[in-house]
Amino acid sequence: MTLSDATDQDGHSAAERFSVEAVNSQKIRQPLYAPRRKIFPKRASGTFRRFKWLVMLLTLGIYYLTPFLRWDRGPFAPDQAVMVDLANRRFYFFFIEIWPQEFYYVAGLLIMAGVGLFLITSTVGRAWCGYTCPQTVWVDLFLVVERAIEGDRNARIKLDGAPWSLNKAAKRVSKHVIWLVIGVVTGGAWILYFADAPTLIRSFARFEAPSVAYMTVGILAATTYVFGGLMREQVCTYMCPWPRIQAAMLDEYSLTVTYNDWRGEPRTRHAKKAIAEGRPVGDCVDCNACVVVCPMGIDIRDGQQLECITCALCIDACDGVMDKLGRERGLISYATLNDYNANMVLSGASATTPIEPARVRNPATGKLVDAIRHTTWRSIIRPRTLVYFMVWAGIGVAMLVALSMRSTLEVSVLHDRNPQYVLLSDGSIRNGYKVKISNMRPEPRAVTLSVEGLPGAALTSADAAAQPVSSLTYQLQPDAVLETRIFVRAAPGGLASNNADFTLKVETADGAAVVATDAKFETPKETRR
Amino acid sequence: MKQPDVDHLSGIETTGHEWDGIKELNNPLPRWWLWTFYACIAFALVYSVLFPAWPLIGGGTPGLLGYSTRGEFHREVAAAQSEQAANLAKIAAMPVAVIAADPALAAFASAGGASAFKVYCSQCHGSGAEGGVGYPNLNDDEWIWGGSIDQIYQTIAHGARSLGDDQTHDSIMPNFGSDGILTRDQIRSVALYVASLSGLAGGEKTPEGEQLYAQNCAACHGPDAKGLQAMGGPNLTNAIWLYRGSVDGIVAQINHPRLGMMPAWGAKLGDVTVKELAVYVHGLGGGQ
Repeated sequence: MTLSDATDQDGHSAAERFSVEAVNSQKIRQPLYAPRRKIFPKRASGTFRRFKWLVMLLTLGIYYLTPFLRWDRGPFAPDQAVMVDLANRRFYFFFIEIWPQEFYYVAGLLIMAGVGLFLITSTVGRAWCGYTCPQTVWVDLFLVVERAIEGDRNARIKLDGAPWSLNKAAKRVSKHVIWLVIGVVTGGAWILYFADAPTLIRSFARFEAPSVAYMTVGILAATTYVFGGLMREQVCTYMCPWPRIQAAMLDEYSLTVTYNDWRGEPRTRHAKKAIAEGRPVGDCVDCNACVVVCPMGIDIRDGQQLECITCALCIDACDGVMDKLGRERGLISYATLNDYNANMVLSGASATTPIEPARVRNPATGKLVDAIRHTTWRSIIRPRTLVYFMVWAGIGVAMLVALSMRSTLEVSVLHDRNPQYVLLSDGSIRNGYKVKISNMRPEPRAVTLSVEGLPGAALTSADAAAQPVSSLTYQLQPDAVLETRIFVRAAPGGLASNNADFTLKVETADGAAVVATDAKFETPKETRR
Repeated sequence: MKQPDVDHLSGIETTGHEWDGIKELNNPLPRWWLWTFYACIAFALVYSVLFPAWPLIGGGTPGLLGYSTRGEFHREVAAAQSEQAANLAKIAAMPVAVIAADPALAAFASAGGASAFKVYCSQCHGSGAEGGVGYPNLNDDEWIWGGSIDQIYQTIAHGARSLGDDQTHDSIMPNFGSDGILTRDQIRSVALYVASLSGLAGGEKTPEGEQLYAQNCAACHGPDAKGLQAMGGPNLTNAIWLYRGSVDGIVAQINHPRLGMMPAWGAKLGDVTVKELAVYVHGLGGGQ
């Protein structure tokens, strides 16, 4: 047996052993009425931790800084790149401007987010939970503050158990104050998406902002503080529906954080002694490094469980230990259930036989054998994920096409209900219409309104008594709806029926945009001969 | 004291009740639930002191804040009225033609006129002012008493053939048939002549009819039959008929005319409302 351990003189492993209990482990789960047991996650370091710092920087950066990005839209629209203008009912996103009736674009985005979640979950498991969920990101941020003030795990446990003193009070107060400040900044950034950011900050500081701004900041500061600082993993396990839904979307091809029992078991604390006694020895030295870094308070070696958000910090912790011991990394790794099962078979494990670590190792070199299955791109690109991707991309492309082809001019018409028609003294018939012309561009435009498909028709504006004309001209305000009443008159003799269809056409002065809508011209039956 | 009944399996006390062998565990209430419950009790106590809460004979406790939904309604009405006061004062002070020329004020007056119209005018003129047989359509371009805004204002304020108003529009068409002024044949003849002026089916232009028209009708309806607003004589040459637009209808009207009556609204509604109505009616599409 060449599984030589880097051990000290007493036969203890080189890896530090932590005294820790996985408080949320299924095995020792407490009744629901029992008070929560605190988790003191130790700081992890490694590839995934570095990646998570990056993701955190990126997501928080996007959230806090986006309101300050500017985008020039000319003098008639706000110059904030991303803004939900509730008062004027406009949504601005860089070069896109959405009116309320175009809200289906937002619905499309939500559907894309939903399908995207299916796609991500079926390929890389609960990556949303582990890396980008605001709860995870803000808890990480709050833990940074906690570590900076109270120290790492051991110091925090000590402080938690210590009697109240000036030192403890000072640490606790400063921690909670910083948490609250983060909460206020978080809520503060949220409201900046709904108004011009620099203006709102100024009026907010002078206590001149609308009360709803202070209420929103207050509520979001409170939820950020309570969820990120106080409740933490309880939000994920008790409040959040995603763990349940995502668990249903995982299949045997999905990547999950996996403890590879086939090389870890039987876990052995004193490897040399065990080897000397001829007992089989797995890679796991039972150092609890994976448990001590877990922010959810579970033991990944119990297998995949609801509480695991796949933050992968246990992978970092275990890889560090394996490095120290001089063994291959990946005792805990991202793996699919298929790979795991294949490797379990390789190790000889079954319902009746135990894992034999010797079977996965080359007896000559001590290295893991080549027959071990590793996750490849094939498990990621498969029919299910392709279908998800097609649906996701299809919606995206359809929305892009619709967005690029949409008209920035709209016309809608409502026929007068009472009276439906008016007989004039010269025997012609007059119909009244309410017309709305939407100028969905932040610039003033001149448009002409004309009637097509109604023989002998003439127009008058209902606002001013005037001679009938063939077309009416309007000056549209930038980014606004023009509402007006028009009269259409025509001799009933030339019409095909007593409710004739015709078209109301609106055209910009330069002819760049033309829109039309159908309308009806009502006449009394007896006048049509 | 009876010993509490404890469930063997869970070791938890039961409520002591039993239904067909089923017992209920007496688990403690969740703390968050309990605290919410206490908070609700505290809220209810404070609420019942501050707001109207307890019914009494002939009323109820008013509450320390003195709030009531009825009071809120009165406040809102008063606020709306004070908002309207400035415009109403302007309308009272300005001639109706000046009101119509100011777009913002005209819109305000027209809205008030529209609601007054539904209450006072729609019974005869219809809810869309479309009129009916004997009741003029106010959307079209024929006006018996004139279609300028001042004339409309005058007509609404003083009415037509309204008893007791000395400025009312007054005109009487004689009972040519029933009073024996014209014979049956003469009435037939002049009716056919009148029908021919606007091209009604069955109309016939005869020298006799033309002569009878000139003698009996031209004084009020004009020599060219295009009507005389000062006399209240409607235009007989166009497509619009107040009564039936047919030879029979014209015969009936000449024989024993129906004469419409409109109340004088000025004294009943006040000058402001009449002005609002005038602006509204003038804006329906036929105003001149």
